[in-house]
Order: sequence, then structure tokens, then C-alpha cells
Amino acid sequence: MNQTVLMTWEWLTDPANWQGRGGILAQSLEHLRLSFVALLVAALIAVPTGLWVGHTGRLRWAAVNLTGAVRAIPSLGVLFVAVLLLLPRLRGELAFELPALIVLVALAVPPILSGTYAGVDATDPAARDAARGVGMTGGQVLRQVEIPGALPLIMSGLRSAMLQIIGTATIAAIVGLGGLGRFLIDGQASRQYDQMAGGAIAVAALALLVDQALALLQRVVVSPGLSSAARVR
Amino acid sequence: MIGGVAWSTLGDLTLRHLYLAGLPLLIGLVLSVPLGWLAARVRWLGPPLIAGTGLMYTIPSLALFILLPLVLGTQVLSDVNVLVAMVIYTVALLTRSVADGFASVPAPVRQAATAMGYGELRRVGAVDLPLAIPVIAAGLRVAAVSNVSIVSIAALIGVSQLGQLFTDGFNRNAMGPILVGIVACVALAVALDALIVLVATLLTPWSRRRVPA
Repeated sequence: MNQTVLMTWEWLTDPANWQGRGGILAQSLEHLRLSFVALLVAALIAVPTGLWVGHTGRLRWAAVNLTGAVRAIPSLGVLFVAVLLLLPRLRGELAFELPALIVLVALAVPPILSGTYAGVDATDPAARDAARGVGMTGGQVLRQVEIPGALPLIMSGLRSAMLQIIGTATIAAIVGLGGLGRFLIDGQASRQYDQMAGGAIAVAALALLVDQALALLQRVVVSPGLSSAARVR
Repeated sequence: MIGGVAWSTLGDLTLRHLYLAGLPLLIGLVLSVPLGWLAARVRWLGPPLIAGTGLMYTIPSLALFILLPLVLGTQVLSDVNVLVAMVIYTVALLTRSVADGFASVPAPVRQAATAMGYGELRRVGAVDLPLAIPVIAAGLRVAAVSNVSIVSIAALIGVSQLGQLFTDGFNRNAMGPILVGIVACVALAVALDALIVLVATLLTPWSRRRVPA
């Protein structure tokens, strides 16, 4: 066992493994690029929808149950289905990236949506009444009261979505997606455990760093008066 | 045969999946109760304990499966890696639920029990824990469903369970086994979820009378 630890350490500290096109640095950036693209697309879909559900109270039932239902669906299976369905219909580099991105976005929408909805829904009714009382319109209430109040839960929705994305993007290396998952999958194919374990450490570190960065962002954007209500998950 | 999968294979893989997802759920629950209780009772210990266990959840599952042999000294193909990984994820999710559950017990109820002569340990077992069951069960449901989904990823490191249908189907370019695997996974998750709801309802007869579900 000590020897495998040593070999993994050597793999991780060998500068040659960090540089170049397939190096740890390049794959980390690729992993980040794919993850943030997926998060951005998911947020563009989920945040407005969640705000609408929370503000109007419509489709509440669907928003509440969506997250639980999607959690039960195994991402590996969905990934393979998406690739088998889409691969023959697409061409070029997009053929490998698009099915994986669709799955990443689909997995990220529910946590963001339910976080946003729950955040708006949890707005103190007294604050909402007061806003109406001073003559705010529906849109003003949403922008100046509900959204700032919902930010802690929106952010925690984004964080759990991002964890889901980074983890699933790792798995998606099996269908040819770039990123740090390559080391895990390629290492296994060529039976190089040091590369697998080194890649796994890199992925775990990346996930922790991104999560902590989002936690920091949460602390910056959330009103200080609400920060005690900010919850991680 | 269904979707190109023999029924006996499907049965075996489902049982393997239940074992790999279910056993860690029980072990994780047993470990989370004292951890969550500590987090709820000892004020300075709460935030770091919950943040610490939550941090473990950030590690992507495939990475954890691969790293555990390094830490445990086990074989890469061993079930133990998957079982330990799932215990870690279960504890990561449940510690917060258990702490929230204990915190949800009304203080007057605790004080009444103490006034009746219950010692701390006996009170936690006989009063606090039963009253915390609804919140703990809610966390356990999330953990059960996510465990079933995460275990399927272990197919990538060669540990057989329902996820093997995904890799087999993908390698043979056959949609059938993948769809069978997805349906079986979801069915297993739903069954575990229903079982937890049932057990929690049976354990909390008072909540049935007050709030009809």
C-alpha cells in the first residue's frame, strides 16, 4: 500500500504530468470550463423559473418534487442514453460534448430551481406586506425584497448543482468528454493506478476549491442581515 | 428476458445494488446519531462538525471509489471501497439532519423529562430521539435515494450491481439493458424511500393522529 501512495505522489509531483495539452493544468481548466458552461445554462433556465414559481405560487408542487425525483435517476445511465441517442445525429467535436452537457444541465436545473423557489417562498410575509404597503409594484417586491431574501438559498442551490456537475463531468470522461476525469478513465484503461489516484485527488481538490469559492461568493453577495440564515445545503 | 437482460441476472444485480446502497445506509445512520447529537448539544462543536462532514460530500464519487484503496489498503475491485464510500456519503448527509432533528425537540418537553427524573442518556433515547424521527427520516430518504444513484457509478471501477447494465449496454451499443438498469435503479430508490416512510410512520404513532398524510 505504501508503494502505491508513493507512486501516486510521484505522479502528482512530476512536472511533466502538469504541462502540455493533456496535462493536469489543461484538464483542470477544461473541467472548469465545461462545469461553468453547464452551471450557467442551468442557472439561466432554473433561476427565472424558480423566481416565477416562488413569486406567483404556481406549479409549486412540481418544483418541490422535481429535485427528489431527479435525484433517483442514475446519472451514468442517463449519460449513456443521451450519447447513444445523440451521437449518430451529431458531427465533429460537438458530438461528444453536447450529450454530456445536456445531461449536466439537466442534473443541475432541479437543485437551483428548488433552491430559488424555496428562497422566494421563505420570504418573511411581513417584509413582503411592508413592501406592498409602501407602494412597491409586484416587480419591485421581487427585485428588492424577494430576490435579496432568496439569495442564500439560491446560492446553496447553485453550490449543490455545481458539485453534481463536477462529479458527473468526471464520469463523462467515459464517453469522451475532456477534463480531469480523463486521468481516472484512461488510467484505468491502461491499468496505471498512480494516474487514476492522482487524477482522483486532483478532481477532489478541484471540487473542494470550487465549492469554497462559491461559499465565499455567497458570503459576499448575501446581505449581512441574512447571513445567519445562509445554509450550506 | 427483459430488454436483453435475463430475469435472474436482473435479480442478482438488484440484490447486489440493495446490499451496496442499503447496508451503508444503516451503518451511516448508526454513526450519524451520536455525531448529530454532539453537533446539536455542544454549541462550539456544531458548525465545524456539520461543515466537516458536509465537506466529504463534495468529493466526486468516482474519485472516492478510486482513492479508498489507497487509504484502506484494499483491492481496487473490492466491495469494501464502495461500502465505505457510501457510509461516508450517508454520514455527510445525515449528520446535519440528525442535528436538526434533535434541535427540533421543544425545550419544554426536554425539561419535563428531566423534571420527571430522566437522566441525560435515558432522556435522549426515550424522548429526544423518538421526537427527532420525522426530521431524521426526511434526511434518510434523501440519503437512500442518492445512495442508490451513486452506487451505480461503481460499475466504472468494475464492481457489479445494476450500473453494470449501463456499461454493458453502452459497450454493446444496446439501449435495452441501459433502460432496464435505469428503471430498476429508480424502482429500488422508490422502494427504499417508501420503506423509510413506512418505518418512520410506524415509529411515530402520535404524528399519524395529528397530521393525516
